[in-house]
Amino acid sequence: MAYTNKTRGMYTEILSGLKEAGLFKQERFIHSAQAADIEVEFPAGAALKKVINICANNYLGMSSHPEVVKAAHAGLDSHGYGMSSVRFICGTQDIHRTLEQMVTKFLGTEDTILFPSCMDANAGVFEAVLTKDDVMISDRLVHASIIDGIRLCSAMHDTFKHSDMAHLEEKLQLHNDKRLKCVITDGVFSMDGDTAKLDKMVELCEKYDALLFVDDSHSSGFIGKTGRGTHEQYGVVGKIDIITTTFGKGLGGASGGCVSGRKEIVEMCRQKARPYLFSNTIAPPVVAGVIKVLEILSASTDRRDKLERNTEFWRKGLIDAGLIIKAGDTPIVPVMLFNAKLAQDVSCNLYEEGIYAIGFFFPVVPQGAARIRTQISAGHEIHHLEKALDAFKKVGKKYEILGKTKQEIIERYGM
Amino acid sequence: MKEIIKEYVIKEYVEDDTDVTYDTPLISGGIVDSFSMVSLKRFLENKYKISIPDDKATPEAFDSVNKICVLVNEYLK
Repeated sequence: MAYTNKTRGMYTEILSGLKEAGLFKQERFIHSAQAADIEVEFPAGAALKKVINICANNYLGMSSHPEVVKAAHAGLDSHGYGMSSVRFICGTQDIHRTLEQMVTKFLGTEDTILFPSCMDANAGVFEAVLTKDDVMISDRLVHASIIDGIRLCSAMHDTFKHSDMAHLEEKLQLHNDKRLKCVITDGVFSMDGDTAKLDKMVELCEKYDALLFVDDSHSSGFIGKTGRGTHEQYGVVGKIDIITTTFGKGLGGASGGCVSGRKEIVEMCRQKARPYLFSNTIAPPVVAGVIKVLEILSASTDRRDKLERNTEFWRKGLIDAGLIIKAGDTPIVPVMLFNAKLAQDVSCNLYEEGIYAIGFFFPVVPQGAARIRTQISAGHEIHHLEKALDAFKKVGKKYEILGKTKQEIIERYGM
Repeated sequence: MKEIIKEYVIKEYVEDDTDVTYDTPLISGGIVDSFSMVSLKRFLENKYKISIPDDKATPEAFDSVNKICVLVNEYLK
């Protein structure tokens, strides 16, 4: 046994350091299905508390949708629990290919390949399609999974200032000698809830002969008039070379992800992407569930329309209450508190009021940009949002932040 | 040279009112992340018509304007 007391002590010290720095993450146990109303055990051992969830990625309320649950049950009965194999040995069922074809149609691309998660899709795609002769130029606020994928790829990597198109153009000029240039962005940025300027990015990529990669995980199913994603909102369907997205948020909330885009790039992933080659794909009941989600969303825009209305109500309510939010129109609505301790205290107070929302602070967001990130769902009814607004007003009044400017909040609580 | 490099660093990497001097720690001070170093390296190579080997373009060598000047001068000779 090599796990000595010295080794144990080393890890204990690191974990203690995380606790002292306020960076230690604690799970809260939910005893119900994922929905607007949930029952939570927190801290561990505490009595169950009924709260309204406003921090899930359950944008379309599909996580516990009865038709999706029923379809997953049917998929379990007809196709079994698991595959016990990676895709290219004996791990591909008819429903896997059906789902790939449905995603291709839904996103308006040429082809799609499933991955165990979007984290895996992002980890695998760059290494599969780019080499040391190429360059990746990414927005400075892209998701951590993209950063990991970039680290695994031998291509040169550079960045451009967040959503700064002039800076992106400078970088495209700087790296114009490379064999391939790949511009990389999130569709909706998960911390601020803003969208990438995909119309401008497509223009620049066409001008400089660059590939465009978009991670649309926080968009698929609800951004754009028919919920296809940010490429629909910006009128560039068919012009994004690589889209990655997840089935763990709006599209059902279970798990799985994909790369969708140019057929040759998808085929390169099928031949070379390591998370695809060396890991089981999405389990059959989940595949059956996602197929049902896409059927529901393709038949009607009711759910994304309701989400849009809920988002407008929520954003207006917070502004009217005198809170500072990040501007935008997506269901990711950060309530800015700037100070890390204040964000944690407000989160705790909201929980006491029956509202489940989490504080985010450095290093997840920049120093001095601490916030409560709220996420709205089509599963919310107006009474949920009214109760949550009342709680925000009550807690905001307690901390005397209603109607205050950023400067006034920072002067009182610090960065 | 120092002023040109400092100006580039500010324009390229500083998005608030952070003060940058010739000795400000750029990498260890969190102003330039390791991913973004590549544009600084390419800027220097294009501007001064030099080629800096990848193994010399280390975070330590790029950690301040003064250190960058030492590195550039080495390849200008």
